[in-house]
Amino acid sequence: MIAHNFKHALFCAVVTMVVAYPILGLNLVARGTRVGLEGADTTTLVAIFVAAVVVFAFQLYRDTLMAALGKLPKLNPLAHREPMPQAKRVKMESWILTGIIVLALFWPFFVSRGSVDLATLVLIYVMLALGLNVVVGLAGLLDLGYVAFYAVGAYTFALLSQYMGISFWMALPLGALLAALFGLVLGFPVLRLRGDYLAIVTLGFGEIIRILLNNWTAVTGGPNGIGGIPEPTLFGMEFGRRVKEEGNTSFHETFGIAYSGEHKVIFLYLIALVLAVITALVIRRLMRMPVGRAWEALREDEIAARSLGLSRTAVKLSAFTIGAFFAGFAGTVFASKQGFISPESFVFLESAIILAIVVLGGMGSQLGVVLAAIAVTILPELAREFSDYRMLVFGAAMVLMMVWRPQGLMPMRRAHIELKRQE
Amino acid sequence: MLDVQNLSMRFGGLLAVDQVSLDVQEHEIVSVIGPNGAGKTTVFNCLSGFYTPTGGKIVFEGQEVQGKPDYKISRLGMVRTFQHVRLFNQMSVVENLLVAQHRHLNTNLLSGLIKTPNYREREQKSLDRAAYWLDRVGLLDLANRDAGNLAYGQQRRLEIARCMVTEPKLLMLDEPAAGLNPAETKNLNQLIVSLKEDYHVSVLLIEHDMSLVMDISDRITVINQGRPLASGTPSEVRENDDVIKAYLGEA
Repeated sequence: MIAHNFKHALFCAVVTMVVAYPILGLNLVARGTRVGLEGADTTTLVAIFVAAVVVFAFQLYRDTLMAALGKLPKLNPLAHREPMPQAKRVKMESWILTGIIVLALFWPFFVSRGSVDLATLVLIYVMLALGLNVVVGLAGLLDLGYVAFYAVGAYTFALLSQYMGISFWMALPLGALLAALFGLVLGFPVLRLRGDYLAIVTLGFGEIIRILLNNWTAVTGGPNGIGGIPEPTLFGMEFGRRVKEEGNTSFHETFGIAYSGEHKVIFLYLIALVLAVITALVIRRLMRMPVGRAWEALREDEIAARSLGLSRTAVKLSAFTIGAFFAGFAGTVFASKQGFISPESFVFLESAIILAIVVLGGMGSQLGVVLAAIAVTILPELAREFSDYRMLVFGAAMVLMMVWRPQGLMPMRRAHIELKRQE
Repeated sequence: MLDVQNLSMRFGGLLAVDQVSLDVQEHEIVSVIGPNGAGKTTVFNCLSGFYTPTGGKIVFEGQEVQGKPDYKISRLGMVRTFQHVRLFNQMSVVENLLVAQHRHLNTNLLSGLIKTPNYREREQKSLDRAAYWLDRVGLLDLANRDAGNLAYGQQRRLEIARCMVTEPKLLMLDEPAAGLNPAETKNLNQLIVSLKEDYHVSVLLIEHDMSLVMDISDRITVINQGRPLASGTPSEVRENDDVIKAYLGEA
């Protein structure tokens, strides 16, 4: 057994060294105007060697170790229980969701400003992931350029406010509709594609939008971005210390309370929360409507769906358009939250993170997506103390997750429509 | 109601279907038989719009349909099943039937989002229709199961029910008895006849099971190597020397 593993273990150890040495063992140092290469100190080299030895040992005794691990008591005693009946599960799910929403409504009043700000970001990701969930999870169309629609929403608001002075509430539907329009336009050429090909085309589309924003300096300000995006107002009440726009009043004066920067943050958070809840509810409803069933049917078996009179064009376009619509929503909120946007915010990594949220949460599952959005946004923040290795920890967490739970945190168990007996 | 003239289908150098003509009248069961690889399924694919035929004419109820997209042909009332069952496996049995009624339902998004009474009524109607057909094919007890978990014979029947809820005029069945045991085949036999008798659906059938074909067909067309070999009533076809040579084997 061990002899059989020896070659494999040796190979793994060598790979560890080959990979780790250039990454950890070599440093770039600035020498005046030139950049030089410098070997790392001895401790690092020793650490690399030790790591290689550990990998070697683990691979050598892998079978024994894994067998011992398998004998440990089960971590999750509920793993093998019967699935609960659908009616009960749906009821429980809606209770949990309601609980989360109520909690989320009151939570910001008791925590720090930074946490509320982070939570707003989480909610934006929830919106994005719920929207992408329609495209990837339900309709089964792998979209790697989803961030483009997010960018369209954000830039719509930024440009409209800059050139025409439009407020947040006007821009919200406009941004979403324009993003939906882009979804429709992108949908047409990619209808015939599926799987890998579709992924590549959408990836290209995402990059086109970003590069366009980057280079169209006259309109979008190029890499300098657009600043001074107005914050949302509450019935004409502004949240700044001083009123910026003619005719508006300020929030703290109207209610006769002391000015606090937190009001604005909490208000934005609540807007994001309401929009996220609306997104979830609308998509939940869509899933149970004929159009939702058509998405699923097309994902399951395109040929059979077409043979029953479902138009591939209409079904795919509707998924793309609706997904893009919610990305536009999220983009508008994002622009308003940041007050400044630039193409930097809409790189491919964003698309990848949103997709990761959907996959981690479990394709098609709403509760799972919400949990995953929280995890993916907060985990890198919590891992801040690992500084440089932050993304490494994040990546490792993702890999482990996919190995142990490939179906996602909360795999979708869709609420079937049940046929009730009429006896 | 269906009239196919000189249908040809060429894939590069291969002429899979060569000048095949056939017709189906109202209230009739017509079978297409032929050895494996004769081009029967290719004919079906041309008729249902999966392939655009390279030659010939397909007229369905006075309308030329060759080259039309598949979903439009199916909406005209020509619906097919597949040689290998194609269900939506992760959807429940009743949902399979609901998907098929997509175009009977109001597709207006808003009315569905706010659940207008009209929308509810339509949804209920399609559920009722689904329940009726499930009862008809004997799957009512399994309505809430995942379609992928059904036994093979049940899946076959569900596929036929799924076609029937679209209220077709012409049902095209591609080897419906493949993989069924004799008892199931007999049930299928009765079901197909009843579709014709009670629901006034014409049936175009591809089948290898000779007892089924000879029992229920009004007319039979034989295809061999893409070319039409013979056509006529079951007894005529049974007597035809060419057919016996090519297909039934020389005894």
